[in-house]
Amino acid sequence: MSPPVFLLLAAVTVASALTVVVHKNPVHSACALVSTLCLLAVFFLGLDAQLVAFLQVIVYAGAIVVLFLFVIMLLNLRVEARAMAGTLLVGTAAAGGVALAVLVVTALRRAAAPAATIPPAGFGETAALARQLFTVYLLPFELTSILLLVAIVGAVALAKKQP
Amino acid sequence: MAEVAIKSLFIVLLVLQVMGLGVFFERKVSALIQDRIGANRAAIMGFAGLGLVNTLVADPVKFLLKEDVVPAGTDHLLHFLAPVLSLVPVLVTFAVVPFGDVLQVGGHTINLQAAELNVGILYVLAMVSLAVYGVVLGGWASNNRWSLLGGIRGSAQMISYEIAMGLALVSVVLTYDTLDLQQMARAQGGYLLHGWLPAWGILYQPVAFLVFMTAGVAESKRIPFDLPEGESELVSGYFTEYSGPKHLIFMMSDFVEVVLVAALVTTLFFGGWQVPYLLRDGLHFPWGAAVALPSWAVALLQVTAFALKLVFFTWLQIVIRWTLPRFRYDQLMRLGWQGLLPVALANVVVSALVIVLAAGPAA
Repeated sequence: MSPPVFLLLAAVTVASALTVVVHKNPVHSACALVSTLCLLAVFFLGLDAQLVAFLQVIVYAGAIVVLFLFVIMLLNLRVEARAMAGTLLVGTAAAGGVALAVLVVTALRRAAAPAATIPPAGFGETAALARQLFTVYLLPFELTSILLLVAIVGAVALAKKQP
Repeated sequence: MAEVAIKSLFIVLLVLQVMGLGVFFERKVSALIQDRIGANRAAIMGFAGLGLVNTLVADPVKFLLKEDVVPAGTDHLLHFLAPVLSLVPVLVTFAVVPFGDVLQVGGHTINLQAAELNVGILYVLAMVSLAVYGVVLGGWASNNRWSLLGGIRGSAQMISYEIAMGLALVSVVLTYDTLDLQQMARAQGGYLLHGWLPAWGILYQPVAFLVFMTAGVAESKRIPFDLPEGESELVSGYFTEYSGPKHLIFMMSDFVEVVLVAALVTTLFFGGWQVPYLLRDGLHFPWGAAVALPSWAVALLQVTAFALKLVFFTWLQIVIRWTLPRFRYDQLMRLGWQGLLPVALANVVVSALVIVLAAGPAA
């Protein structure tokens, strides 16, 4: 991805992410979230990670945000009348944001840029990724699936609870 | 660049032609099934062409000239975007669908597939899962309760059937050992029974075919799965408040989805562009005869075969639509979650077992 294209995409992504937070209409916020996720997928494509890019679109943009929209529509949320948050809340939030920015910038400055290397052939392709996932990272992978299973069983148990 | 542009244009034009034929089937085959005459009013200089003039010329022109009514209280931006968001993801999915093998032009070998992605099938799933936004946002932005109900029904239905569809695709991927649709089509070039029977995917994955086709018809929101529209309950569901060109785009995306399901079924289970006994250098019949053919003739035969298969599966879906009654909503959900999902899961396990056992002990 050439620098001008990257900068343009980055600007659009940040604008879209800001819209998610700032927009008053919850449905518009959810739509902005979809476009942010799709734009992030484009960055993954630029990094030769095609599998991750499309999984991002399938799982987040295609399924999770649809469920967000579903809930927003069922609850019939309207445009929120913005009750101005108290100065204390705004101040704390701003301080937190500044602290996070300082942290990120310091961490980035300290981290030595890795030497530019040519990725091996087949980098980011499904076979290479799957091999890593099922050999080196087998334990975390299986633990994650158990975690998800627990969540599913818990959701079913809660939904089935008799009054 | 020019090559990709030409290939993309070609596949889109091919799809739109088949879509036109699909609309024609919808008007005339439905009439045949219901024992009536069907569209026969419009004619150009006395030529009605069995209703073709009606479906290909009169309908679109009429739609485009109608007033575009936007009801009060709608969300203008999303009301405008919804039809676009339902058509575009479906149309761009055809980028990874191969419509032929290779074409030799003056030393160049052209792969007859608009975009070569090593994760082709995931691209298809990603785009299909984005198509749901057109339905949801169209239903919400219309500021109409029937539309909202249609949108919510549509999103729940599409998400539910996507899971069965994805699992059916997993067993297909296991069978072909690739995610690229072109490689899948090429993998179906073998023969069984001493070279007589083309070894198409349907012979290896009949269960996956049934699950995929059912889920595909449900994804395209057609009868018996057309609850998001449900004329007798919801006027016309999520596009009740759409008229003129926007309504045309919604209808168009419905029909393009039908063609997409036909294209995927063809590519995954019926050999894609494969013509029986046709290899890259000509026809080789199992009784020993052979006819040498130039590369362009082979490519032409393959593209024609692909188009004919597309037309057949489009026709089949229209016939299904006009044959079956509509499901009740609980029946729809039960079929998706308790019928197709377990069958697809079992099929994945059985396929994996067979493949591992056939490969013998791992080295």
